[in-house]
Amino acid sequence: MKSDGELQAELMPPEGEQHAASPSTTGVARRARPSAAWLRLRGLLSNLASVPITLFGLAVVTFFIGRVVPIDPVLAIVGDRAPQDVVDRARLELGLDQPLYIQFWRYLGQIVHGDLGRSVMTSNPVTQDIARFLPATFELATVAIIIAVLIGVPLGVWAATRQGKFVDQAVRLFCLAGHSLPVFVLGLLSLLLFYATLGIAPGPGRQSIYFDGMVDVHTGILTIDTIIAGDWPAFWDALAHLAQPAGVLAFFSLAYIARMTRAFMLAELKSEYVTTARAKGLSSTRIVWRHAFGNIMVPLITVLAMTYAGLLEGAVLTETIFSWPGLGQYLTVSLLNADMNAVLGATLVVGLIYVALNLLADLLYRLMDPRVK
Amino acid sequence: MTQPLVEIQNLRVEFPSSSGGYNQAVRGVSMSLGREKLGIVGESGSGKSVTGRALMRLLPEAARVKADKLVFDGVNVLSASERTMRGLRGGRIGLILQDPKYSLNPVMTIGAQIAEAWRAHNKGGKKEALEAALNLLEQVRIRDPRRVLDSYPHEVSGGMGQRVMIAMMLAPNPDMLIADEPTSALDASVQAEILRLIDDLVSARGMGLMLISHDLPLVARFCDRVAVMYAGQVMETLPAQDLHHAEHAYTRGLLDCMPHLSEKRARLPVLNRDPKWLEPRS
Amino acid sequence: MSRREWLLSDTPTSRAQAKWGRRYQTWLAFRRNKLAVAGLGVILVMLVLSLLAPVLATHDPGVQVLSERLQPPSAAHWLGTDELGRDTWSRLLYGGRVTLGMVVAVVVLVAPIGLIIGCVAGYMGGIVDKLLMRVTDIFLAFPRLILALAFVAAMKPGVESAVIAIALTAWPPYARLARAETLTIRNADFISAVQMTGASPWRIILRHVTPMCMPSLTVRVTLDMSSIILTAAGLGFLGLGAQPPTPEWGTMIATARRFILEQWWVPVIPGIAIFMASLAFNLLGDGLRDVLDPKQR
Repeated sequence: MKSDGELQAELMPPEGEQHAASPSTTGVARRARPSAAWLRLRGLLSNLASVPITLFGLAVVTFFIGRVVPIDPVLAIVGDRAPQDVVDRARLELGLDQPLYIQFWRYLGQIVHGDLGRSVMTSNPVTQDIARFLPATFELATVAIIIAVLIGVPLGVWAATRQGKFVDQAVRLFCLAGHSLPVFVLGLLSLLLFYATLGIAPGPGRQSIYFDGMVDVHTGILTIDTIIAGDWPAFWDALAHLAQPAGVLAFFSLAYIARMTRAFMLAELKSEYVTTARAKGLSSTRIVWRHAFGNIMVPLITVLAMTYAGLLEGAVLTETIFSWPGLGQYLTVSLLNADMNAVLGATLVVGLIYVALNLLADLLYRLMDPRVK
Repeated sequence: MTQPLVEIQNLRVEFPSSSGGYNQAVRGVSMSLGREKLGIVGESGSGKSVTGRALMRLLPEAARVKADKLVFDGVNVLSASERTMRGLRGGRIGLILQDPKYSLNPVMTIGAQIAEAWRAHNKGGKKEALEAALNLLEQVRIRDPRRVLDSYPHEVSGGMGQRVMIAMMLAPNPDMLIADEPTSALDASVQAEILRLIDDLVSARGMGLMLISHDLPLVARFCDRVAVMYAGQVMETLPAQDLHHAEHAYTRGLLDCMPHLSEKRARLPVLNRDPKWLEPRS
Repeated sequence: MSRREWLLSDTPTSRAQAKWGRRYQTWLAFRRNKLAVAGLGVILVMLVLSLLAPVLATHDPGVQVLSERLQPPSAAHWLGTDELGRDTWSRLLYGGRVTLGMVVAVVVLVAPIGLIIGCVAGYMGGIVDKLLMRVTDIFLAFPRLILALAFVAAMKPGVESAVIAIALTAWPPYARLARAETLTIRNADFISAVQMTGASPWRIILRHVTPMCMPSLTVRVTLDMSSIILTAAGLGFLGLGAQPPTPEWGTMIATARRFILEQWWVPVIPGIAIFMASLAFNLLGDGLRDVLDPKQR
């Protein structure tokens, strides 16, 4: 028998080797700590570098839609009832006599300066219009995603822990149904039930007519503005108006969130470290929420960012039904009035938000997952 | 040895198959274990891992477990409450899994994972738990325990990960350790170290060890007794030093399949499976 | 030997037998999923109803009878009448032709394009891959409905514009999927073997790579059909899809929308049709995924 000291020396790998990758563990090479932070930063920077390219692409797409797809872009912008002199002036103003690449260059220059053209319908600069309508959509989408997460995530986790049981089947069917129901039909049904039949919800719009214009605009988010003004009746009124469209919109994404959460959780609950956690004698609550859920946080954040962006899509239809004065309604009204500058401006802004959300998800992913290099 | 730690009699485990029936994974296994080192050897699918997990009641809910007797230190595992089982898991029986790359939680620090195991079975605060974790990392002969404590599993090597796994399972001071292929995922050079570590710790603490492996010579070297399993049944159980005098044809076949340094052979023989081995044994 | 035995034989004697045996086993696995079978059933029924619309319709879908506006379901009008006194049941049948026709048109346009782009990008790699994936990224940077809206606005509202707009926004996910599949098989030995026999890249992509992508693509297409239905209906609802008096489900809801509080069944019935079609495709896709593409579960 060897002495303890001898054994110690024999068993202990040399210092450097402890952190070096052993040949059998192929795959990701392990690195020392200081450089990991640097690598993480570099990954983020390379990701940021791709953003301008994507933005450039967005501009190409909107330019293409605005100037190449229509048979006569001038008519698309000024409308086909405009008198001839207006059309001619617009043609010159837009530089449509120039070759396409010069037109595109000018368009790009305008975008960079925040100039999205003038809306025919409101005769305001499109940028100004969007700034006015965006907060309402932001308010609606944010409240909706909060509701969707608060219900959808626990529902998905619950179903995953009872895989194959009744609860799981019910949640699965519910998710498929939620996925299949058009948001505008849901909105109409909701109006029918809560507004017409039960009479517990206020009608369409963002606030009751007698509160209109009573509160100063600070943020454009009505629930916050009314709090700033300290006008509680107006706050409750705004909240009541918000509840229905936000609930409809939340249902729209709830199904997707629950479904993804369930799928992620199922994969994690089958993994080895969960067996380890059970073998340690931990409670099932702790295993589910601390261990398995801890591992799905990161992919879940990406899903949430995508869902949030997808809410903008649902918002177009929801806002139309509930007469919610947001970006979606601005977009559809402009569409019906063939107000191309407004349509393209709103489309571009939505694209920008999409890219920003993706970037945010990526950032959070890099911050939260210890494995990201 | 007064009373065996583990008594298993006629254990049967079935899993639902995709065609609607049941597949038998373990078909009437009996064995007992005191504070000794028992090796369980068999091919993959022979039911050795399932036997170990059945003892901790860690099998998926869909599995059907039946036995005449499945007892750990007086506790009937088949009928014990979930609460009792939670005390048993980790607290009395530790389980070491194959590959630390998968068996450690990738998003928790090593320190947090060991401390959690300690706190599940000991009264004490976070600080005490972390101190205990540090102490345990020293016991598994990690030279820089403080740094490892704050590391994530992907930042340490496979051998180190397995030491962490051992430390974690020793944290609540169990009476028995089940090591399920603890070295198969590791380099050959590290394997011996890990096994010796387990051996030393088990001997020093007077624990029982169930070493599950497909590596017959390795098990023979480290264990007191060896149980050879095939297709969900124990073919024979014999003292490790008598392995070379094994009587059962399957064990002999397994031993025969291995190359020897001392003799020269043109080609290794192929194991001839006798359908008689599959028949239920009394 | 019965046909079933022939199909389930462990030792097929010909390639055809092996192929059909595999298909039969896939079908058996699929058949166990009751919901998916129900989905398939609903889709088949809807297809038959739409195809036989001229036979099954009780009224001319375009004829207005203003004296019989907004009637509830009755023996004369099985599902009631709309705001212009047109028979809802007949319009629903004809509307199914438009809606399902749009779905088929989009899929026929999109699936091959996405498949080829993805396979080429994945197989060629390098600059081609980077370029094509960058383009898909840009298209993925817009919500689908909103990009489709902008496209339709630039063209003329109508069924054709809607199909083109949806197709333009629907291909990137297919390209993504096909590329991912291609990357996993690009370095497979059988591809190397074909390369060594001197096959051209196009031949390899078309004959050897694309077939490997088919199962996952089929699943994706089926699941996507439901979202195409919803996008098409959404465009119709916003007045940018099929134009009245063409009976299209989304358009039907849009024109009857203001009666939701009084004659609620008028907009709700086409809504149920959209819901059922979409749900059926989702159920079918879910079932197909389980049997064709188990790794995606």
